[in-house]
Amino acid sequence: MVRYNGLRVPLFGKKETASITYISHSGAVNRVDVPVGDSVMEGAIRNNIDGIVAECGGACQCGTCHVYVEPQFLDRLKPIQDDENEMLNTTASPRQPNSRLGCQIEVTKALDGLVVHTPPTQI
Amino acid sequence: MSVVIVGAGQAGFQTALSLRAAGYLEPITLIGEEPHLPYQRPPLSKGFLLGKQAIESAVLRPEPFYAAQRIELITGARVQRIEPQFRRVILTSGARICYEKLVLATGARVRTLPLARISYLRTHVDAVDLKQRLGEAAEIAVIGGGFIGLEVAAAAAVLGKRVTVFEMQDRLMPRCVSPVVSEFFRRVHGEHGIEIRLNSPASAPRADLVVAGVGVSPNVELAREAGLPVANGVVVDEYLRTADENIFAIGDCAEYPNPFAGSRTRLESVQNAVDQAKTAVANIAGRKESYRAVPWFWTDQFDVKLQMAGLSGGADQEALRGDPESRRFSVFYFRRGRLIAVDSINRPGEHLMARKLLASGAVIAPEQAADETFDLKTILA
Repeated sequence: MVRYNGLRVPLFGKKETASITYISHSGAVNRVDVPVGDSVMEGAIRNNIDGIVAECGGACQCGTCHVYVEPQFLDRLKPIQDDENEMLNTTASPRQPNSRLGCQIEVTKALDGLVVHTPPTQI
Repeated sequence: MSVVIVGAGQAGFQTALSLRAAGYLEPITLIGEEPHLPYQRPPLSKGFLLGKQAIESAVLRPEPFYAAQRIELITGARVQRIEPQFRRVILTSGARICYEKLVLATGARVRTLPLARISYLRTHVDAVDLKQRLGEAAEIAVIGGGFIGLEVAAAAAVLGKRVTVFEMQDRLMPRCVSPVVSEFFRRVHGEHGIEIRLNSPASAPRADLVVAGVGVSPNVELAREAGLPVANGVVVDEYLRTADENIFAIGDCAEYPNPFAGSRTRLESVQNAVDQAKTAVANIAGRKESYRAVPWFWTDQFDVKLQMAGLSGGADQEALRGDPESRRFSVFYFRRGRLIAVDSINRPGEHLMARKLLASGAVIAPEQAADETFDLKTILA
């Protein structure tokens, strides 16, 4: 907890994390520890990593947190749901077999070491 | 040089973020009335009430972000007045903060009813309180069949409560969607055991808990007292500037010339907050950029995702794409033969396509929109 003007504000507690690597279209590599339970999108946004826009803030509404997942991790992810599937067909950068929406990938211990690539554009 | 932002909601936060992203190096002060770190409001009426999402996850950035970005965040603070002649704001604490450019992102506050013991939902504090009360109540009355009212009703029903919704108009979400969409939602809520009472005045219903979602009023007092023109919001031009060239107003509090409405309007949405913040930053940076973003909105109720692109008010023709019975369909709205808006129910791909169609000004005929075998992508190609 921290205090602002005398009021207690909840902060993120100490949580288990998994290491996630984001590689931008231009080749910039960012490896960060993301709390288990957060999404791959949140991991990027909270660490100020470019390449993910997330206009809707993670509500699966906008399709601007498109990522390409390193293929060896694909079978560790939960299957694509209908909404996500539909939106991936309309993303700004073309859909590939390893396309996912970052807001729909929940970080788990099993995903430690995950590598995702961000597309040239999200909008 | 410095920028002061009054209001630390989605619009104010985005202004600070976009200023730094644009390479702005001078001091930024972000002043918020609420005690919390800036957060997103949409989850409050959805995942949070359902217990699916912790309230901390709505926080936009963790606390160290602000120091790292050299954004001075002052929470739990109120601006008492603006002194445009001295280009400074005075906080109720007495502190004075000077600005080169001032951004008013003061948001809106809930309209209240002259009835006792009613819960409202707008802020973090409201949401925590409402969630607690929901846990203790068996019977819930919701006044207002708009987005907030229906989202709260849906959450309460999922939590096993007996829910009645009272709406003054003859259909749900009357300001925002067409009758076919209203009727669809009436049925969905009915299927989940919610009683919907239309044409029902906002009297005092009997229930363990009464929640009202009857709209918001823009927070315009600071602007008005500073002598800035105010109508249904702080009046700004297409560059989101007020009558004072050093003061901008954005988000829920701003009334601006909207090319999609063809008139001055004020919108309450995440999209509007974020995109107006970006346009304000472009103009602070000296690029003359008018605000022309396609409006879009969403609401989640039960397993139904309603997404709206454009503004459907003033439509003179509609085309239905898909069958409401299938629970997946869109309504395309036209005015004088031109596409002006699309509401999509459980068709997020079509919603994204609709935003592209509206942004590009593409021409589509109502017959094409209604024909499911017609591929919308061919219009954009």
